[in-house]
Amino acid sequence: MTDHTIAGERHETAWRSPERGPGFAYWWDRLGIVAVLIVLVALMAVIAPNFATVDNLLNIARSISINAILAAGMTFVILTAGIDLSVGSIVAVSGVVAVLSAVADVPAPLAIVAGVLAGAVAGLLNGLLTSYLALAAFIVTLGTMTCLRGLAYTMTDGQPIVSNTLNFRDIGNGYMLGVPVPVVVMAVVYLVAWFLLERTRYGRHVYAVGGNAEAARLAGVNVRAVTTSVYVLAGACAGLAGVIFAARVVSAQPTAGTGYELDAIAAVVLGGTSLMGGRGRILGTLVGSIILGVLSTGLILMNVPFFTQLLVKGVVIILAIGIDSLKRRPLRLSR
Amino acid sequence: MSVPGVRPLLRLEGVTKRFGSTLALDGVDFDLRAGEIHALMGENGAGKSTLMKILAGNIQRDSGRILLDGAEVEIRSPAEAKAHGIAIIHQELNTVPAMTVAENLALGREPRNRYGALDRRAMLDSAHEKLARIGAGIDPRRELGELSVGMQQLVEIARAVSEDARILVLDEPTAALSQGEALHLYDVIEEMRAAGAALVYISHRMEEVWRLADRVTVFRDGRYVATRDRAEITPPDVVSMMVGRDLDDLYHRGPRTPGAVVLDVRDLTGGGRVGPVSLQVRAGEVVCLAGLVGAGRTEVARMIFGADRALGGTVTVNGAPVTATGPRRAIAAGIAMVPESRKEQALFLDHSVEDNIALGSLERFGGAGVLRRGRIRGAVKVQMRRLRLRLSALGRPAGELSGGNQQKAVLARWLMRDADVLILDEPTRGVDIGAKSEIYEIVAELAAAGKAVLVVSSDLPEAIGISDRILVMREGRVVRELDSRTATEQDVMLHATGTLARTAGGPND
Repeated sequence: MTDHTIAGERHETAWRSPERGPGFAYWWDRLGIVAVLIVLVALMAVIAPNFATVDNLLNIARSISINAILAAGMTFVILTAGIDLSVGSIVAVSGVVAVLSAVADVPAPLAIVAGVLAGAVAGLLNGLLTSYLALAAFIVTLGTMTCLRGLAYTMTDGQPIVSNTLNFRDIGNGYMLGVPVPVVVMAVVYLVAWFLLERTRYGRHVYAVGGNAEAARLAGVNVRAVTTSVYVLAGACAGLAGVIFAARVVSAQPTAGTGYELDAIAAVVLGGTSLMGGRGRILGTLVGSIILGVLSTGLILMNVPFFTQLLVKGVVIILAIGIDSLKRRPLRLSR
Repeated sequence: MSVPGVRPLLRLEGVTKRFGSTLALDGVDFDLRAGEIHALMGENGAGKSTLMKILAGNIQRDSGRILLDGAEVEIRSPAEAKAHGIAIIHQELNTVPAMTVAENLALGREPRNRYGALDRRAMLDSAHEKLARIGAGIDPRRELGELSVGMQQLVEIARAVSEDARILVLDEPTAALSQGEALHLYDVIEEMRAAGAALVYISHRMEEVWRLADRVTVFRDGRYVATRDRAEITPPDVVSMMVGRDLDDLYHRGPRTPGAVVLDVRDLTGGGRVGPVSLQVRAGEVVCLAGLVGAGRTEVARMIFGADRALGGTVTVNGAPVTATGPRRAIAAGIAMVPESRKEQALFLDHSVEDNIALGSLERFGGAGVLRRGRIRGAVKVQMRRLRLRLSALGRPAGELSGGNQQKAVLARWLMRDADVLILDEPTRGVDIGAKSEIYEIVAELAAAGKAVLVVSSDLPEAIGISDRILVMREGRVVRELDSRTATEQDVMLHATGTLARTAGGPND
């Protein structure tokens, strides 16, 4: 030791030396939620008959894909400390747009693109209002949530549009190499989202905006553009989810996606992303989404009544988030 | 060294406190007399706050004795500290912003009327009385959160005084205060001393220590160094005691020959009566904007960088005009700014040191938007070594660093960017002497490398020590240019306060 000690060095000596590698806290932070999932799956496999069969697991994968895709987009928004309540309504609008296109003899790929684009445009509206007019995201998306639901009803006259010959039905019901197509789509969405967040400059900017918007601006990040873009991504994801939903039910339902925004937010938060922004991981969201799906399916297999299922789901969400915040700060009962 | 016959009110003997493997306090002594202001000084990590936490009853010592009025006492909780008449005024205030001043002053001891309901009349009267005792003209019916930080601090002091505190510990009380608020606080403190209170004053600011303190105690690395009567010593003595070495070459200013004009600012005007300001900074030159808080220095710095919109004027870098419609344009033109408040305006406290440093220059590594992670990490490491940041900090959250190392991380961001113009707004505020010296060294290096450096500083010795020229601002304008080699602190203050203009401002001036 030299005669003088700079305060920082004092801190650093308390840090784990790099040779020892990351400790328990590091892995718990990253994999704790995975451990929760494994315990849950094991529990279900024991309690519920038929749970651990390939068919059932593929079914679960398909049933979670819509929520997981919504949650992927939502993760970007929440990482910037925003929120998007309108994604459920976007699911309905984009489903309607895609089905109406298909009914008008637009080829399947273009009908799908039309649905996704409709979602992206709705997201652009959210983004512009939030970043350039500096309105609170909660209020903006609460408003567009209502508007877009109204739009879905208006476009369908409040009636489902059923088309038994729907040309893009495979995106909801088909299989690729034995795997349901929605699951493949979900995997691609997560791959792209992971790449964007972890491997590109754009991803760093998303984290920076959520971590400290003013510091990001002064560091040269185009905060408004980044903020706008995350709502566009969330809208596009919702559009994709809406198309899959429409394909699944082979119709355009103006009531589609009601309440989905809350499930998506739950998956994101369950996955360890902070609502304060700047902290979280996309793969956590995927795991969060799977936990919610496993829980629902497991409870159904166990013949738990629907009302009780809701109770259990709520409790699990609060528990998971409680554990998450406990691991971030030491338990302190006094004061 | 305590004067015979003056019995201390409070005396600490051989107090030791260990946190894990760190010895935070190593057998320190400290004594405090009634009717004195006793400054406690030391670098960050010297053990000052640990000692204060022990006095406040927040943590317990491992060994050593605490004597109050000559009798040994235990301080096991904040309540016991209060019972002994010890009050601590922290930087973070222990008040409720959403409640009124009167409610805060009565917190926990609200007066009741005979029906058991809150007696608002009595509460207001007692609040008036408490505030009057320290001469604070604050309306007790106002909501506390509406008051300035300085006012809130006065409310906290009023509460301590009303609880009959005999010993008052003030931890960096003026850190968040304006000049005027600080002056008022000094008056309050001096009145309390006159009334016989014993005050411990923790501060990094030498000038206020010199103004207030009767005695000065210095800690270093958790050890007691010395206690001296303030009249016997000079500020450089204290600095040497704090760092354990002489600081002859603290500012690292060598002979410099500035080159061509790099930054050229003409008639820059902003809202709030700032400007028009014109200034030039040459390659290899350090120019300091000096002046009082509120003179418009930070405003000018921010407008040059585009952080705030200027109403008029032009900024040119190397002859090319910068349409500074935002920081992005300024950065692209080769301007970088280390803002005034690193935690609020520069750092991502949750994010790794690596991410914090790299953020300013991600696109410089190419890859068409895809991160070149190996190259980026290599470049970050180069800067961390250059600034003597431990490489083991690379993946740690920036919030874990000390103030000095945080500031070095912000500097590293812009060094990595290799900007031509660096604007440093209060680069050493809240930074310990060791890191200060390293930051000065970097500033000197930048100038030697031909960069144009513009520094905003409220620390007069620093402003004179590191710069080639000083531009003194007052009321939004540059009122005087001084040569740093010949300028004195008095010169700067005279122009900054406008004393010269008022007293000697005749036709001969």
